[in-house]
Amino acid sequence: MTNLQDSLLELIRRTSAEIPDDVHRAILNALEQEKKGTIAESAMKIIDQNIALAKNKSQPICQDTGSILFYVDCPANFDQLTFADTAREAVKLATKKGYLRQNSVDSLTGRNDGTNVGPGSPTLHFHQHRSPEITVRLMLKGGGCENVGAQYSLPDERLKANRDLDGCRKAILDAVVQAQGKGCGPGVLGICIGGDRATGYEFSKQQLLRPLDDRNPDPKLQELEDDIVQTANKLGIGPMGFGGKTTLLGAKIGVLNRLPASYFVSISYMCWAFRRQGVVLDSNGNIQRWLY
Amino acid sequence: MIQLTTPVSEAAIRALKVGDEVAITGTLFTGRDAVHKYLHEGGKLPEGVNLKDGILYHCGPVVVKAENGDWKCVAAGPTTSIREEPYQAQVIRDFGLRGVIGKGGMGDRTLKACQEHGCVYLHAVGGAAQVLAACITRVRNVYMMEQFGAPEAIWEFEVKDFPAVVTIDSHGRSLHREVLAASQAELAKHL
Repeated sequence: MTNLQDSLLELIRRTSAEIPDDVHRAILNALEQEKKGTIAESAMKIIDQNIALAKNKSQPICQDTGSILFYVDCPANFDQLTFADTAREAVKLATKKGYLRQNSVDSLTGRNDGTNVGPGSPTLHFHQHRSPEITVRLMLKGGGCENVGAQYSLPDERLKANRDLDGCRKAILDAVVQAQGKGCGPGVLGICIGGDRATGYEFSKQQLLRPLDDRNPDPKLQELEDDIVQTANKLGIGPMGFGGKTTLLGAKIGVLNRLPASYFVSISYMCWAFRRQGVVLDSNGNIQRWLY
Repeated sequence: MIQLTTPVSEAAIRALKVGDEVAITGTLFTGRDAVHKYLHEGGKLPEGVNLKDGILYHCGPVVVKAENGDWKCVAAGPTTSIREEPYQAQVIRDFGLRGVIGKGGMGDRTLKACQEHGCVYLHAVGGAAQVLAACITRVRNVYMMEQFGAPEAIWEFEVKDFPAVVTIDSHGRSLHREVLAASQAELAKHL
């Protein structure tokens, strides 16, 4: 994998500077929907200009270049340790080049060594599969949207939410109202029903790897995804919480088994500056194609 | 679009209302979590930082050093302001701020301080780091870099036509409070 570091550096650069096509289409659609002359429309126009400017200048779309989350699908016997070392080097280099902000802080001392490499940064998820293909997906998730994520334990008396899909719907819509514009809406929700507290949040983030225009294989969940977006967009929260028509660009729901005693609904909010990209690599680590 | 030039007079601030779009020209100082906590605990502003009649920007920019040694800001959108709610009212009062730029809005204590001391909360578009960095014509200085690190340091920016929306004015109105109440009422119809 002689070219792996260069490829990962390019993956980081492009993820930080270029919004994926599926998200861009949804943003352009949202811009069209907003009433002319409103502050919501102004915000969407600035967002649209920002997307173009970041791409042209090859600079971060948002200064919070976020948690660095790699999702690697690889064959059995793939050398994960070497990949992890190379990914850390690529992150350091990307930080030097300004593709990433110096964004990783020692939680106890408050010290920021400026490399973005430390405990938990970057985060690497490896999944083995029975194919020779190596795919690397990268998500850069900013703190503003991460902070408005929420986890509900059903039943929830305040929300009158029981342990069923209607209860999940109440929890998810509550999270939308609680988030208001604080997560840099219009946003996208990744949702997990079930799991434990850790796997629930983790799986909710993985839902954000799905293209916005895909279909949920489970028709009931597809229906709930559509309903969440339509209902959220009636609430008038709008871009940045300024009031307006588009509060959500999408919602993606996955399900994990749970314990009889637990029923978690975990919600990860992704801002409009939805930075995710992915590549398929050949055996030398060259980029064969882009995934989004 | 209403033009605001720093230093800003109290009269110019009192004339602003929720929903007004402004374009700011002049000097902005950045300050976020570490700076607010430091000032709250009685820390002194470093020499050269003057917030009187000024505008504070909740921002942790990406700034790189050019080959000639000058700083260059390559990304500078707002960060979430509500984290500064425990400190902001005091900082507005003690340092004579006329404006605070951030995103996501602030709470009742800040709203009250805006009313009492003649200040506004200005919402910039979150995530629009490039459009906003393009309004920064010069990075004049940086303070407390060693202590707080680059994102948390106090940066002194010269800006031209920096766009923002008044979402908390000095007359007791908050767009955030209004949208929250309206969206809660609307949600109740759909449950």
